[in-house]
Amino acid sequence: MQVTFENVKKVFDKNVVLDDISFEIPESELVTILGPSGCGKSTTLMLISGLMFPENGRILFGDKDVTEMDAMERKVGMVFQNYALYPHLSVLENIMFPLKMLKMPKDERVERAMELAKLVKIEGQVNQKPGELSGGQQQRVAIARALAKEPSLLLMDEPLSNLDARLRIEMREEIRRIQEETNVTTVFVTHDQEEALSISDKIMVLDKGYIQQYSSPTDLYNKPENLFVAQFLGTPIINTLTMTEALNLSSLAIDPTILKKAKTVAIRPENIFEVKDESEAFIKGTVRFVEVIGKNVTVHVDTEIGDIVATDLGFIHERGDEIMLGVNEEDLLLFDDQDLTIQRGVSNA
Amino acid sequence: MTQKNKKRIVNTLLYAILTIGALTMLLPFFWMISTSFKTAGQAVAMPPVWIPKDLQISNYEKALSMAPFGRYFLNSVLVTAISTTGELITTILAAFAFSRLEFYGKNVLFVLLISTMMVPGELLTIPNFVTLSKWQLINTYPSLFLPFLANVFSIYILKEAFEAIPDEIYYAAKVDGSSDWRYLWTVMVPMAKSSIVSIAILGIVGSWNSFMWPLIVTTEQSMRTLPVGLQAFTTEAGTQFELLMAASTIVVIPMIIVYLFLQKNIIEGLASGGSKG
Repeated sequence: MQVTFENVKKVFDKNVVLDDISFEIPESELVTILGPSGCGKSTTLMLISGLMFPENGRILFGDKDVTEMDAMERKVGMVFQNYALYPHLSVLENIMFPLKMLKMPKDERVERAMELAKLVKIEGQVNQKPGELSGGQQQRVAIARALAKEPSLLLMDEPLSNLDARLRIEMREEIRRIQEETNVTTVFVTHDQEEALSISDKIMVLDKGYIQQYSSPTDLYNKPENLFVAQFLGTPIINTLTMTEALNLSSLAIDPTILKKAKTVAIRPENIFEVKDESEAFIKGTVRFVEVIGKNVTVHVDTEIGDIVATDLGFIHERGDEIMLGVNEEDLLLFDDQDLTIQRGVSNA
Repeated sequence: MTQKNKKRIVNTLLYAILTIGALTMLLPFFWMISTSFKTAGQAVAMPPVWIPKDLQISNYEKALSMAPFGRYFLNSVLVTAISTTGELITTILAAFAFSRLEFYGKNVLFVLLISTMMVPGELLTIPNFVTLSKWQLINTYPSLFLPFLANVFSIYILKEAFEAIPDEIYYAAKVDGSSDWRYLWTVMVPMAKSSIVSIAILGIVGSWNSFMWPLIVTTEQSMRTLPVGLQAFTTEAGTQFELLMAASTIVVIPMIIVYLFLQKNIIEGLASGGSKG
């Protein structure tokens, strides 16, 4: 089911959490709401679920206006960060709880719950209490419970934050699999960019109550619409340099009128390479230190306009090396004084 | 001295202290049961007779025939059942309102309620009696349980227990299609089971053992409860201890059974109450 927000505004004690936001979540897709803590992403989820109501604006499910309907009536499925399982009920009873609320006959309830337990691979633990399960297993139960009443919409509020790193990767693949198998429209909230990039059809980046960008994961990474999005995505963080004389961009084919408006330059660490000719280098500097983590080599270069991080220079450098750095024009991001993107490569696409 | 020996000494001391404590607690019970099998002479003999040689089982028959204990027992059971059930219902509803609902004047109301705990119970005896007698309820069952249908202390305890349940559980139940009412009874109450059982135990024991209030509001023998009925053994000529103790033993047995039964529940409640995450 498609979800539409029209000019939604949410205020907490005079703090504007969401300011006049509008967006659409397309049917059967997995959309991630990504942002730093306090950006309003969980609030957005609460507004979709009907656990909170907006001060202004409309919320539509398909063509139906649900703005005034509460959580009971909206019939969405929801997974919480701390799983929120009922500790006094067994796994099976937890999954059956929403069905019991729908007054489904007991044998149907059990049958449906067992199906779901199989879907989330928890069928071996159905008679245990949530307290006896590991975090990952509890999360599986929470997902099964959320899917029990076949909701047209599944909401997940940071479902992986309480899991350890390895399990997090396993569970996010599971979530993607389950979403594809059930084809349920899913809204996933996270502050973890890697998580967002790996499982989403579309990502909405929220900050300070506004939508910063809403696009596919690849576009979000390659074509950020503003400096915030460029900096929020990618590890290590993108290099941002203030436009100064020291920066030599003359060798790059960039429209001079755009170059004139540019206030900030950003280059992803993996797009920096070494050049031998000084005229091709945008900057030169000294290697400050080299960080080796397995196959990843991160080089920190000290330059007159600040520290630059590069990840694709290979093993050849050591501390104190003089180095000249180059970049291709299509990998260069330019931002104006409003921090909006004005140049993304030569095509400005 | 090795670590093991140290531990052994500490354990021995610990068990010695615990044993003394347990014996102190058990002694009155032992004395009650022992006395209930003595003759009138043995009951007051010096030095005391700890274990009588011939057990006077007839004490029990005699004790039971001296007063209508069947009726007292029925009255006690009825009053205890009604006042405890009533207290639990009002407590659960009030605790839910104070912990989960938002309404105008909630905090002021709660502070007012809590402040009534500072009024000593004895002070309320007279106004309660006057009220009930104006309603012409003296010597009726309602007079025995009406003042105990709500208990501020229980509300306070349960409110705390309800507030310990995370908001997410409430949200989850809401999203799962549960109304506030169903959430209260299907999720909150089972999750706060241990607190509710504790409140029930306090209520049952308090009501079963209550002496002064039933004595004040009942004058007819048919309305009296067991603790009041035990007065039958105290006459102007003195107290018949062996009979009083026999009757007391009978009065105490249901409480011990209730306690043993509910204690299992408390442990279960505690065991299922904890959930990770």
